[in-house]
Amino acid sequence: MNPTTSPVVVLERVGRRFGTQVALDGVSACIRPGEFVAIIGPSGAGKTTLLRCLSRAIVPTDGAIRMGGQDLRPLAGARLRAHRARVGVIYQQFNLVKRLRVLDNVLIGRLPHLRGWRRYAALVGVFDRAQRGAALSCLDHVGLLARAWQRTDTLSGGEQQRVAIAKILAQEPRLILGDEPVASLDVMNGALVMETLRRIASSAGLTVVSTLHHVEYARRYADRVLGLRAGRLVFDGPAARLGDDAIREIFGSVPEGDGEDVELARLPEPVLVAS
Amino acid sequence: MTAPLAGILDGPAPQAPPRRSDLGRNLLVTVGLAVILGLAARVIELRPLELVRDVGNIGVFLKGYLHPSFGNIREYSWQCVVTVCIALWGTLLALAISVPLGLLGARNLSPHPLVYFAARRTMDVLRAVNEFVFALMFVTAVGLGPFAGMLALGIHTGGVLGKLLSETIEGIDPGQAEGVTAVGAGRLHVIAFGVVPQVLPNFLSYVLLRFESDIRSAAVIGMVGGGGIGFYLWDTIRSFKDGEAATVILLIVAMVMCTDVISARVRRAAI
Repeated sequence: MNPTTSPVVVLERVGRRFGTQVALDGVSACIRPGEFVAIIGPSGAGKTTLLRCLSRAIVPTDGAIRMGGQDLRPLAGARLRAHRARVGVIYQQFNLVKRLRVLDNVLIGRLPHLRGWRRYAALVGVFDRAQRGAALSCLDHVGLLARAWQRTDTLSGGEQQRVAIAKILAQEPRLILGDEPVASLDVMNGALVMETLRRIASSAGLTVVSTLHHVEYARRYADRVLGLRAGRLVFDGPAARLGDDAIREIFGSVPEGDGEDVELARLPEPVLVAS
Repeated sequence: MTAPLAGILDGPAPQAPPRRSDLGRNLLVTVGLAVILGLAARVIELRPLELVRDVGNIGVFLKGYLHPSFGNIREYSWQCVVTVCIALWGTLLALAISVPLGLLGARNLSPHPLVYFAARRTMDVLRAVNEFVFALMFVTAVGLGPFAGMLALGIHTGGVLGKLLSETIEGIDPGQAEGVTAVGAGRLHVIAFGVVPQVLPNFLSYVLLRFESDIRSAAVIGMVGGGGIGFYLWDTIRSFKDGEAATVILLIVAMVMCTDVISARVRRAAI
């Protein structure tokens, strides 16, 4: 196989039970570098469980997840931290430290890259010029350089989510995971966040796997869609093939278009950089 | 024109589902409390009538205090400075004790349940033992004087601040800390970036509060040999030097008021 197309993540019959309840059941998939993958499905289908298995916040009870040839299940201690460092996570509630300044939150992304005395200097908030410069570049990339010295909780939700993207950039991950990154944002801000994410992933060749609560977001921004229903993978294909039949297969019915869908459809087509 | 809520507010009231009466329980609690308070009054020999009848005796006692004598004011003032110094270093020692204990004794941060248990029980002991008892203990170790008093205050307050810190840490927003853990940061970095910013304002407020309380304790700890103005308070009252005692009490009141004003300023500036 051509090494440049060797997969970033391989899921082999991944299962996860909580007590007697089966949240994930035999999910197999292969995610290639540079892909933008959306995970969709009704509530309780196992979307977040799958994502948390990938970030190793939880451990699958069956099957294996391989990243760079390494099984994620037995990871612990320093190796688990190394795995977390190569996976950037964006959350629905942003999970930024609210009282810190915007730049400090971006610098948090640099923490796993610090070596020697710099690790201890960081404990009292001291970072060297190179780290600060890298963090400022990341902020500039999401268009929030002017906010660097503001307290993070003074920013709007959409801006905070873009700070979170800058922090992930600073982390230099190989894979970005999104846990409903736009669910708590309005349509305009949601679209802006998705476009930022899309642009950055394309220009840096990063792989993105994200749960999305709205099919329309998946259609507009993803290359490929994984559809989950009751813990099983029932759809795996390009976003363009996500027609009514596929939607019915995943959701059991075609959801009525609500205001958010209409608003999203009215936005101009996103300008996507070919990856 | 009909009111918009016509038919809801002016209709016949519906029958609410039956509600259990609380009367019996409330009566039981009231009677129970009254019995306990009555027994406690017997134990402490509560006789309010005697207070009314002999209230004049207090006047006789206080008369001597109406004429403070300022002969020894220089020495007393110096002992007030010593008292403040005891409280300053005592609070600093308390900080040094409470930060590690508080981190280990927070359920969401503790490395192991046994460590959590040990840290919690240590803080319980430090809080349960009064600073006066610690002072008596340290006097036998380092001799009479302010050093013993400062150690006693620091150890006791360390337990109090440690408990307050660990409970503040348990109340943080876990999402903000998860955002730091998720980048692969080590435990110390998670504490420095994900926990400290969240607990700092509250903890600082607790430290100031305890510093005020330490000033008041330091002002009396001299009674058991812990140094500071407390020795003269004890000595002048016991030997009926009413004028001198009045001076000492006035100085203590002034000192406490000053620290409260200053710490209120610091709190406003820092938080």
